[in-house]
Amino acid sequence: MGYSALKILREGLTGNKGWEPVWREPDPKPEYDIVIIGAGGHGLATAYYLAKEFGLRNIAVLEKGWLGSGNIGRNTTIIRSNYMLPGNEPFYEMSLKLWEGLEQDFNYNAMVSQRSVLNLFHSDGQRDAFVRRANAMKLAGADAELADTDQLRAELPFLDFDNARFPIKGGLYQRRGGTVRHDAVAWGYARGADARGVDIIQNCEVTGFDIRDGRCHGVETTRGPIRAGKIAVCVAGSSGRVMAKAGMRLPIESHVLQAFVTEGLKPVIPGVITFGAGHFYVSQSDKGGLVFGGDIDGYNSYAQRGNLPVVEDVAEGGMAIMPMIGRARLLRSWGGIMDMSMDGSPFIDRTPVEGLYFNGGWCYGGFKATPASGFCYAHLLARDEPHPVATQMRLDRFARGNLIDEKGMGNQPNLH
Amino acid sequence: MIIEHPLLGPRDAAEFVYLGDAALIDRPDWQAPDAAERFHAYGYLRDNPAGRHQELWYHEQGDRSWLVVTRDTVTHEISRVELARDVARARGRSR
Repeated sequence: MGYSALKILREGLTGNKGWEPVWREPDPKPEYDIVIIGAGGHGLATAYYLAKEFGLRNIAVLEKGWLGSGNIGRNTTIIRSNYMLPGNEPFYEMSLKLWEGLEQDFNYNAMVSQRSVLNLFHSDGQRDAFVRRANAMKLAGADAELADTDQLRAELPFLDFDNARFPIKGGLYQRRGGTVRHDAVAWGYARGADARGVDIIQNCEVTGFDIRDGRCHGVETTRGPIRAGKIAVCVAGSSGRVMAKAGMRLPIESHVLQAFVTEGLKPVIPGVITFGAGHFYVSQSDKGGLVFGGDIDGYNSYAQRGNLPVVEDVAEGGMAIMPMIGRARLLRSWGGIMDMSMDGSPFIDRTPVEGLYFNGGWCYGGFKATPASGFCYAHLLARDEPHPVATQMRLDRFARGNLIDEKGMGNQPNLH
Repeated sequence: MIIEHPLLGPRDAAEFVYLGDAALIDRPDWQAPDAAERFHAYGYLRDNPAGRHQELWYHEQGDRSWLVVTRDTVTHEISRVELARDVARARGRSR
């Protein structure tokens, strides 16, 4: 069933009785070619691209809860490709290009809105760093634009340009960045994968791996054992727990990141704005709420809720660049579990166990990566070689000394 | 979170800097034949458990002591706080 304006009109005139569930709820079969663990954004995107681009259909996606119940519905919905290092930037630019064509590709309204991402800078040194980043972005085919304070004063008059501690000296725009309706991304990929024969099996927790002679033959689940030629783990914050069942320790710590939304306001913030001297990013949802967040809490956590010191820190960041935010009342805050890797960059790789693959370590940057992560993981699973833009996202890069240390902070997960 | 400091009593966790798993106390022997592998595991790999977790907290805004805090990563409940020095000595370290 495809969606179109005509269909919406016809359903509107006939009482909306013709809509059907957009995915099936099948029972697991005893065997699949590929089993993907985790029906979040990345797992569903992987299944979708495996079916659509690589012609593989005998696939199951296993999910402990309901599909899209994790970080795909908890993030602050920002898409961008303003990275710098060669191991990262081409990958994120590929992701942004996939976002641009996504709704037509999977025929689902994900409300992709390229309303721009602006990174503010507050000193001469930071300006130099952002110019360098902008040049790196352009070399990878992305767009970047430096804005001075005159331009920003005209476009965003509410910013606190003359803040005594962190005066705003300009900003780095990525006009093609923006926001996306995050739940719709999971639903769109799920619908597209299901329509191509992928079994999405919810309420099915993986309890163990069937590993014999160095090869993974399948998984044990709460709905019985499932054999598979290839098993693809894609569980973000639960990576440590799941891979421990396969006897592996990862270069990952799980941390909690909080996000916030205010009451609905009239349109005040045109795009995404980030603070350069602290950690704060804000955009306005189409319903009018200011959606914002900041740093992770900074200690290992699986709790999906954080503590008050970070709430205060985020609010201070907001007040430093736009004092008007102090007048908005907070409606909700929540937490998600981030798979913080040791260098702040992700993994899409084989594991030492044959037939077992791993995708994770997205830190708090996983949402924007969803399409490219799915595409590159599908490429790895289908062809057993990494996609050209994901060749450095290897699990053994620490042993080899090839870190992708985007922020130059070393192996300290709570600093990324 | 409130950390029950063994010397100073209850302190706000915001006074502390978090380092990570208390296994970092056990630095590998740099002269061991497999020192490279051991240091890779020490520096980069983590157990990352959901549940009871022993971890290092540094009281930067206080007496600058290192603490070993036993905390549940699912509930954030802190069940035990010790001076890291005492933990290291109990494991046979000189200091």
